[in-house]
Amino acid sequence: MAKYPPPEELIKINYSTPPTSWMDVPPEFKPGNFSYPGKPDILKYLGLPNPRVWSPTDDDWKLPENWKEIITEGFRERLEKYRSFKIFMDVCVRCGACADKCHFFIGGGDPKNMPVLRAELLRSIYRGDFTMAGKILGRLAGARKLEIDVVKEWFLYFYQCTECRRCSLFCPYGIDTAEITMMARELLTLVGCNINWILEPAANCNRTGNHLGIQPHAYKDMMEFLAEDIETVTGVKVNPSVNRKGAEILFITPSGDIFADPGIYTYMGYMILFEYLGIDYTWSTYASEGGNFGLFTSDTMMKKLNAKMYHEAKRLGVKWILGGECGHMWRVINQYMLTMNGPADFLETPVSPITGTKFDAAAGTKMLHITEFTADLIKNNKLKLDPYRNANFKVTYHDSCNTARGMGLLEEPRYVIKNVVPEFYEMPDNAIREQTFCCGGGAGLNNEEFTETRLRGGLPRGNAVKYVRDTHGVNTLACICAIDRATLPPLCNYWAPGVGVCGVHELVGNALILDGEKKRTMDLRQNPLPGFEDEEEE
Amino acid sequence: MYQAKYIIPGLIVFAALVLFPFVFNAGSAPFEVKLELPKNASECIEAKEVMRARHMQILDEWRDKVVRQGVHVYENSKGQKFDISLTNTCMECHTDKAKFCDRCHTPVGVSPYCWDCHNLSPKQAGPIPPVSQEAGGH
Amino acid sequence: MAAFYSFFVVLALVVLAWAGAGEAGWKGLFGIYIPYLALLVFLFGFLSKILNWAKTPVPFCIPTTGGQQKSLPWIKNNPWDNPYNTSGTVIRMALEVLTFRSLFRNTSVQLQQDGPKVGYNSAKWLWLFALMFHYSFLLILLRHLRLFTNPVPMPILKLEFFDSILQIGVPVLYQSDMIFVVAILFLFLRRVFDGKVNYISIMSDYFPLFLILAIALSGMWMRYIAKVDVIAVKELTMGLVTLHPVIPKDPIDISFYVHIFLVSVLFMYFPFSKLMHMGGVFLSPTRNMPNFSRRQMWVNPWNDPAIKPHSYAAYEDDFREKMIEAGLPVDKKA
Repeated sequence: MAKYPPPEELIKINYSTPPTSWMDVPPEFKPGNFSYPGKPDILKYLGLPNPRVWSPTDDDWKLPENWKEIITEGFRERLEKYRSFKIFMDVCVRCGACADKCHFFIGGGDPKNMPVLRAELLRSIYRGDFTMAGKILGRLAGARKLEIDVVKEWFLYFYQCTECRRCSLFCPYGIDTAEITMMARELLTLVGCNINWILEPAANCNRTGNHLGIQPHAYKDMMEFLAEDIETVTGVKVNPSVNRKGAEILFITPSGDIFADPGIYTYMGYMILFEYLGIDYTWSTYASEGGNFGLFTSDTMMKKLNAKMYHEAKRLGVKWILGGECGHMWRVINQYMLTMNGPADFLETPVSPITGTKFDAAAGTKMLHITEFTADLIKNNKLKLDPYRNANFKVTYHDSCNTARGMGLLEEPRYVIKNVVPEFYEMPDNAIREQTFCCGGGAGLNNEEFTETRLRGGLPRGNAVKYVRDTHGVNTLACICAIDRATLPPLCNYWAPGVGVCGVHELVGNALILDGEKKRTMDLRQNPLPGFEDEEEE
Repeated sequence: MYQAKYIIPGLIVFAALVLFPFVFNAGSAPFEVKLELPKNASECIEAKEVMRARHMQILDEWRDKVVRQGVHVYENSKGQKFDISLTNTCMECHTDKAKFCDRCHTPVGVSPYCWDCHNLSPKQAGPIPPVSQEAGGH
Repeated sequence: MAAFYSFFVVLALVVLAWAGAGEAGWKGLFGIYIPYLALLVFLFGFLSKILNWAKTPVPFCIPTTGGQQKSLPWIKNNPWDNPYNTSGTVIRMALEVLTFRSLFRNTSVQLQQDGPKVGYNSAKWLWLFALMFHYSFLLILLRHLRLFTNPVPMPILKLEFFDSILQIGVPVLYQSDMIFVVAILFLFLRRVFDGKVNYISIMSDYFPLFLILAIALSGMWMRYIAKVDVIAVKELTMGLVTLHPVIPKDPIDISFYVHIFLVSVLFMYFPFSKLMHMGGVFLSPTRNMPNFSRRQMWVNPWNDPAIKPHSYAAYEDDFREKMIEAGLPVDKKA
C-alpha cells in the first residue's frame, strides 16, 4: 500500500484560495496525486501515439516535436465534432455554483479541482487559440499560451476527475465536466500522455474479452470454482452455460466480479438467481466484460470495445442481452451503445421469460439492467425470499454516479434491496440519488498509486456512510458497480471502519430460497448466519 | 446544421423580438409632439426649459405646501406670485388636458395620478370628475 | 486586478461618450451611427454564433439525469428531471430557463473537524439574486419599448403602471430599477468576497457587471436627476426604429448619450462573450435532450462504421486450443 496520512490529518482541508493567480501556479506531482503513465508496449498494442517510458515527475515528458500543432489541431477537430464541447467552452459565466460540488475539491481543497477551474484549464487555451478576444487581449481575456506546463497541468487534473457529472447537475447551463475531461484526455492521448490503469484494461479487454486479461479456460475455471462455493453454501449445484449458441439471453457483467472479493459474491448471486429461474441464458468469455475503459480513453476505443457485445449477441443468436451491476458500463449502454454500434435489429425487445413483462425502456438497445429484471420478478412475486438471511447486514445503498446521473436508475436497486434485507437506511439526501458522490476511483482512477487522492475524493461518500453507521448501526454498503466494489472497501476502512461492501445481487443470492436447497447456516461469504444456527441447535 | 427544426424557429422568434420595434412602427409618420399652447398667455410660471424638466416636481412640491404646510402662494424665480392650484392656475391657461398634458404623457406611457382627484377645469361642478371622463390611467 | 481593469474600461467608455457627445458634439455618432452598428453587430453576431453551434453535431445523447428514469410502469418516473420524451424535455428546459432550476439545487459544503462531519447547507442566495437580476433586466428592457413604439401597446403601459405602483417620488420610481441595482451589487460583491468565486473570476466576468451597472445608473440618472427631455429622447429613438434617424432640435441631456452608448457597447460585446449563455442554455445537450437513447437510436453523423471490434474469430484463433481443452464450444475445430 502506498503511504498516506491518517484520517485525522487528511481531514484538515484548507478551502481558501492562494493569493497567486491559478495561471501562475505550476502543477506539482507528488506520490499519491497521479497515476502511472501507460506502458509503451500497451500503447503499441492499442496503436496509440508516442509510446515511450516516461514519468510525470520527469522534467522532459518526451512529447513529439510538433506536440503543440497536434494538440491545437486535435482541439479544433473536437470543437467541430462535439456541440457540447463548443458550448461548454463558450457559455460558462463562472458563477461558481459547481465549485464545491466536486468530491476531489471537497476532500482536497485544491482550487484546480473546482469543476469550473478544471474546465478553465482547457478554456484558457481555447480562448487563446480560437477566439478573437483571446488572441488580441491574451491574459486580459482569460487566455494563455499552450506551454509544456499546461500539458502537465492537464495530465494532473484531468486524471483527477472521475467524470461523475455531479457538477453538471448543479450548473445552470448543464456544463458537464465529464465531457470536458473526455476531450482533454483525448488530446493528451494524442501526444502520448495517458495512464496505464486505463490502457492496460482496455488492451486486455480487446484481446481476452475482459479487463483482467482472463483467458477463456481460466474464466471457466473460476466460474466452476464459484459454483462449488455455491454448492457448499446452498447444497444446490448450478449449471451455468458459457458461449452457448441459441440461448435466449446473453448475460454480460464486469469481469472484476469473477475475480475479486467482494465482487465474486455478487457473481454467485447472479448464478443462484438464474439457476432458480431456470432461464435459458449463457455467459460469454469473448464478451466477458461489461465495463468499458474506452469511455475513459477515446470515442473510438469505447466504440471498439463496446461493439463486442452486439458482435457476440449476433454470433450466439440470442434474443436479448441482460447486463450486470456496473456503473460506467451502463452509462455507455444507456447513452452511447446504440448510437455507436446500433441498430440492434437482430435482437428483440427484452421480455422477461418468467413474468412476461416487456421492457420498453430497452426497446432500442435490447439490453436490460439486472436490477430492472429482478425488481420485476419481485414485484410479480416470482421469487421466494427470506430477507432474514440478511439480518446480519444493516444496509445502506450507494448510487453509482453513472447509473444515477447518466441513466436515472434509482428506484430499481432500492426496491430489490428492500425486499431482500430486513433493515435498510438511506444516507443523507445530499449524498444519494442524483446528488450521489463518487467512490473516488471512477473513470479509471481506482489504482493503487492514486490511493491518497482517492481517499480524499472519497471523503463525502465515506462521511455519509459514517453518518448512517453512527446513527443506525449500518454495517453494509450495497452498490451496483464493480469499480465501487473495488474502491469502496478501502474507502470505508478509512473513513467509516466497520462497514463492508456488497453487491445488490449478493443480497439477493443470500435471500433466495432455492428448490431442494439444504438448510442454510452461512451466507455466500461462508460467514455463519447467527439466527439460523440457533434454530438448528434447538 | 443539426436539430434545425428547433433552432431555426427559435432564431426566427429571436430576430422577430429584436426587430419588433422596426416592424411595429413600419410606415408610421415621424414621431412629433404638438402642443396646443395657451392663447391668453405667453409665459408659464417658470421658463419653458424649467417647466419641461421639472413641472412634475413643482406640482409635487405644491401639493406638499398646500396640504401639509398650508401655504397657498408660490413665488417664482422672478418674484411673481401665483395661487398654488393645479386646476385654477395651471388649467386656467392650459384649459384642455387632452390637448396639452396628454399630448406628451400619452406617447411616452406616463399616467400621472393628478386627475384622480383634481378637477379638469375651474368650471367643473364637482371636486372629482365623473369616472367616465378621461381620468388618469392612460 | 481584473475588477479594477474592468472598472476603468467602463469609466473610459463613460468619459468617451460624455466628451464625444458633449464637448466634441458628435451627437449623430453616439445617437445614431453607433446604436445602428450595435444592433447589427448584436443581431448578426448572435445569429452567427448560434448557427455556428447549430452546425456542430450532437454525436451522443448525453442528458444529465436528475431523477428516476422511466422503466417499469409501477416505478414513478421523474418526468421533469429525467424526461423520456419531448414534452418532458420542454418542461425541463422551461424550468431551467425560466426558474433557474439547476441553480436552485445549490448547496454549500461545510466541513466540521469535529466528527469529522461534511455537511451541505442549502445555498439559494445566488439563485435568488440571479433570478432578480435577470427578471428585472427583462422588465426594464420591455419597459423601454415605450420609447420604441408609437402608440405604446397596452401591455407595455400595464408594465409601466405596475412597475411604479408604489408611487414613490416624481418621476415615480420603478421597483425594477432598485431590484436590478441591488442584484448587480450582490453579484459583484459575491465575486469579490467569495474566495472561490474571486479566484476563478476574470475580466470578462467583471466587465459586463460594471457595464450593466453603469447602464443602470446612467439610466436612473437620466430619469431621476437630470430629468432628460423624454419627448426629445423618443423623437430620437423613434427616428431610429422608423429608419428616419434624427437628432432632435430640443437638446437632450448628455447623460442620455452616455446611456445609449453604454447600451450599444453591451450589444456589441454580447455575441462575443459569456453573455451568449442566453442562447447557449437552450442548446446545452445535457439539458435539452430526453433520456431516450436506450429506447430509440440517436444518430451520430460522424459515426465511423469502419471501427470494428476485435472479432470473435480472431479471439478464437488466439485461444482455440485452450478453449477446446476446457470444454468450451468453438466455431472452428482445431
